[in-house]
Order: sequence, then structure tokens, then C-alpha cells
Amino acid sequence: MNTRSIVVCAAAAAALAAVIALAFATGSYPVAFADLLRVLLNWLGGAAHGLDPTVETVVLQIRGPRVIAALLVGASLAAAGAAYQNLFRNPLVSPDILGVSAGAVVGAVLGIFLSLGIVAIQSMALAGGLAAVAMVYVVARAVRGHDPLLVLVLAGVVLGSLLGAFVALMKYLADPYNQLPAITFWLLGSLASVSPRDLWIAGPLMLAGLLPLWLLRWRINVLSLDDEEARALGVATVRIRLAVIVGATLMTSAAVAIAGVIGWIGLVIPHFARLLTGPDFSRLLPVSIVLGAGFLVAVDTLARSIAHIEVPLGVLTAFIGTPLFLWQLMTARRGWQ
Amino acid sequence: MKLSAQSLGFGYRDHGVGSDVTLELASGEVLCLLGPNGSGKTTLFKTLLGLLPPLSGAVLIDGRDASTLTREAIARQISYVPQAHGAFFPYTVLETVLMGRTAHLGLFSAPSARDYAATAAAMERIGISHLADAIYTQISGGERQLVLIARALAQEARMVVMDEPTANLDFGNQVRVLERIRALSADGIGVLLSTHDPDHAFLCADRVAMLHQGRLVACGDVVTVMTAPQLQQLYGIPVSVTEVSLQGGGSRKICLPLGML
Repeated sequence: MNTRSIVVCAAAAAALAAVIALAFATGSYPVAFADLLRVLLNWLGGAAHGLDPTVETVVLQIRGPRVIAALLVGASLAAAGAAYQNLFRNPLVSPDILGVSAGAVVGAVLGIFLSLGIVAIQSMALAGGLAAVAMVYVVARAVRGHDPLLVLVLAGVVLGSLLGAFVALMKYLADPYNQLPAITFWLLGSLASVSPRDLWIAGPLMLAGLLPLWLLRWRINVLSLDDEEARALGVATVRIRLAVIVGATLMTSAAVAIAGVIGWIGLVIPHFARLLTGPDFSRLLPVSIVLGAGFLVAVDTLARSIAHIEVPLGVLTAFIGTPLFLWQLMTARRGWQ
Repeated sequence: MKLSAQSLGFGYRDHGVGSDVTLELASGEVLCLLGPNGSGKTTLFKTLLGLLPPLSGAVLIDGRDASTLTREAIARQISYVPQAHGAFFPYTVLETVLMGRTAHLGLFSAPSARDYAATAAAMERIGISHLADAIYTQISGGERQLVLIARALAQEARMVVMDEPTANLDFGNQVRVLERIRALSADGIGVLLSTHDPDHAFLCADRVAMLHQGRLVACGDVVTVMTAPQLQQLYGIPVSVTEVSLQGGGSRKICLPLGML
């Protein structure tokens, strides 16, 4: 850890804390910072706050789960994106390159189409994401004699478009009065309906996915070299790559299952993190996580406060992410050259 | 330690590149592999490193079949210096050399103080300590080649395989790399390198092997193998091997193409 990384981490952590506080305070029922502190202290077992119970309900029941969900989903997408960018040696790769989002969408849309409950829909999304990536991996392993990474990407693209056709078919067949709006809503991404129970399921899955990424952090650095070079340096590339894919897929699937499809975070955030810390994965991963979490909390706060109705998250991340990315592309090439 | 190939057939599953290659390299020795484009030098190297499975025969590391060893175990014995190339992400030179320590790290470990010390020592030996904080993707081709050699040294293997270490380097850097190779062999490290310049074999090799269309056509001491008829046959052009006397005493052999213009 050099001085620069410590400064970057401290600044990122401070910014994250500020964004979280702002997210709790902002909304159709504004909460003063002092009241927010009192409610949180009381929740932690401190003195009674003596405030209107509505304040407590807003902070703990409504905004709490939503802020935590935004933290978890943002962190997961950014971490998975960082891992995939190293794995595919390409800074333009996002977590859904292997079809995880497409698979999750098919699972969720099928669940909505069959009029299942919310838990079943989320489970199907999770299973769909995992199944899609497993299929891509098996297909890619069966093709021999080509660059293994290229085959993985191609298999992901091909399977993704097949799943896209499947989703289009189900939208066409869906009941236009209640199923189609539900499908559309889900495709746009939202944290509005996240419940504490969702977090208890998705949170541990995300942490389980993060574990291999953190443990293998040094091997993941070496994996960004040529395949043969990495093997000559003593890395069992096939096994390490599989472990990284499993971890990143678990994180992304869990995120998509509770929040729908939210683009751009997994692409843009690791990119920015790399500019701040350099490419070493043991620094890149934590900084990506903090930036991703903070970014999604900020965007979600915007989504529920800039208009009378909620703006879909996926739309907002694209509106904010695209210009950020283009600006970064035009001003600095240091991150990947 | 010894690295040997026994009647090795090498290539890819559906097309063989070479066959029946038998050679041996001991630590402290420099073996130079010559051969025209497409003769299979790189494929042979990849097979010796265990990156490609042999099509027939075997690669032995100290008498043990390399295909039974793990990647880590092979990497602790043999390091690989690929041709200097770009990288995908802007790692610093220090981080790049540090990657040479991977085979000595536990699966879940990051480099420790000991690894940083070995890395610093390797960079010192190659003379690139001043580049430690430079970005690998921004330094010159000659410097990159030296960084990759330092990375192989940090790997602390007794054998180094170098694929055309002097390709794309200017005259001065070519000689600097050859000097480092001699220094490595003086330290007891075995070096197997390929080159397109026969003079490099005269400058740094103990023994020379010649590969033509995937077969070893000659292998032995520099003096016995590096003759005009052999080189002529290998490259298909008339050449002359001449002894020139150097200013300040001594002499050295060089290889010149004949029949130009």
C-alpha cells in the first residue's frame, strides 16, 4: 500500500459515507441529518429518539433496505466487471459478457409469464443467469483449437442473442395489461420493491461470489497476461479462470435477481477505479467495490427524487454512465494503454 | 539440473510440426536454436515448457516426465521469456517482474516481503532497478525485453527458455541482451534461446542446435556445427564463415552472406 492508494481509499470511503447519509435524508419525506443520527443511534441500542414514529419507519423500513440493496448491487456489479475485465484482458468488458443478464432475464420473464410469486421470479432469474453462463462455458470448452477466451466471448454473444429472441417471443405472447408492464419494468431495473428478505438471500450469495475473487487476487493479475505466458509463470489458467467466472457470475446473478437489469456500472466503475489505483487487482477490487456501491446509491437517490415518478435505474445509469465513459475515453488513455 | 527431449514429436492435434527431436540442456549451459521461419522453433519451445502436450516422445525435467508435473512445479524449474510484447493493462515494471514470483506463492497469497526482495535483486542484476516505477506499456522494446528477463530471473528457475530474445531490438540492445545471457550462464543457469542471427550463436552459445522443417539436422559444439556448408543447407543461401581478428587481440568467427548483387 503506497501513500497514493491510502489517499484514494480514504477519499472514496469518505465520499461513500456522504452519499449514504444523503440517500437516507433525501426523498418525498425528507429527514434531517440530526434526526437520522438519532434514529440510527436508537436502532443501535442507544437512547430513545423521541421523534415521530414515521421518521423511524422511513429510515429503517423504507430507505434502509433500499440503500443496502443499492450498496450490494453496485458493489457486486463493479467487482464482477473488474474481474471480467482482467480475465478477458479488455477494459471494455462488462459483467454480462458471458450472457448472465440474458439468462437472468429469461428466468425472470418466464416467471412473470407463468404468473409466479416474487420469490419464485427472483429464484428463476438467479438460476437463469447461472445456467446461461454454465452453458456458455460448456460450449466453449467443447470447441478446441482456438484461443479459449475468444471462444468464450463468441459463445456468450451467440447464446445471448438466442436468449434475447426467447425474451422477445415471451413479450409478444404476454398479457399486455399486467404481464407486459411487469416484464418491461423488470428489464429497466429498479430497487423500489427490494425487501429485507431479498437482502438476506442475495447478500450472502454476493459475498460467496466475492470470496474467490479476493482470494485469487494475485493469480487474477497474472491471468491478464497471454494464456501461455500465465501458464509458464505457474498459473493453472483453466481452473483459476473457472473459479473467477463462478464468483463473478454468482455476484451478477444475485444482483440482477433482486434489481433487474442495470447496465454500465460493471463497465464504467472498474475503468475509473483503474485510473485511480492502477491495474493491480488487490487494490482495484476494493476500490471498484467502494466506487460501485457509492455510484449506485447516488443514482438510486436521484432516481427516486428528480421527478414525481421514479425514473428506471437502468435508464439513469445509462444516461449518466455514457457521457462519463466518453469523457474518460477522450481525456485519458492511461487506464488501459 | 537437466532438461531433455526424447524423440519428441511436437505440434498441434491435427497437424504435427516436428518429430524425433532429441536434445539435452544442463544448467550453466547456453544452447542456441537456429532455424528458418516456420521450422518449428516456437512450437518446440512451447512443448519443452509443457505448454503444448508432446505428440510423441517425452520432455524430461531431471529425469521426470514433465506431463506429470503441475504448472507450479514446472515454473519453479523452467522460466520462459516470450518475445517482448505489449501488455493489456498498465502494470508497473515492478509489478510485472513481481509476477515472476507467482510459482512460489500459495494459491491464495499475494507477494510477501521476501518476494519483493527477490524481485529487487533480479532487477538489480539485469540493471533495470531505475525502471521500477515506470509503466511497462510505456517503456521501449529493448527495456521490455530486459524486464521480461528480470521476471524470469525472479522466478528463480535453473533453466530459462527465451524465444528470439533479440528480435526487434536495436544493435546495442541485442548485444546487451546477449551479455545478460552469458552472465546468467556464468551464474549456473541453463539458457535455451532461438535467434535468426547466426552471429549471435557465435557470441553467446556453448552449443548449437539446427531445426529444419521440424527435424533436428545438427546439434553440437559451436565450432563443429556452425560451418558454412551446414548454415548454407539450413537457410538455403550461400554463406561464408570467416574468422576475423579483433583489435586488441583475439579473434571471432562471423557469418556472412555471399553472392549479393
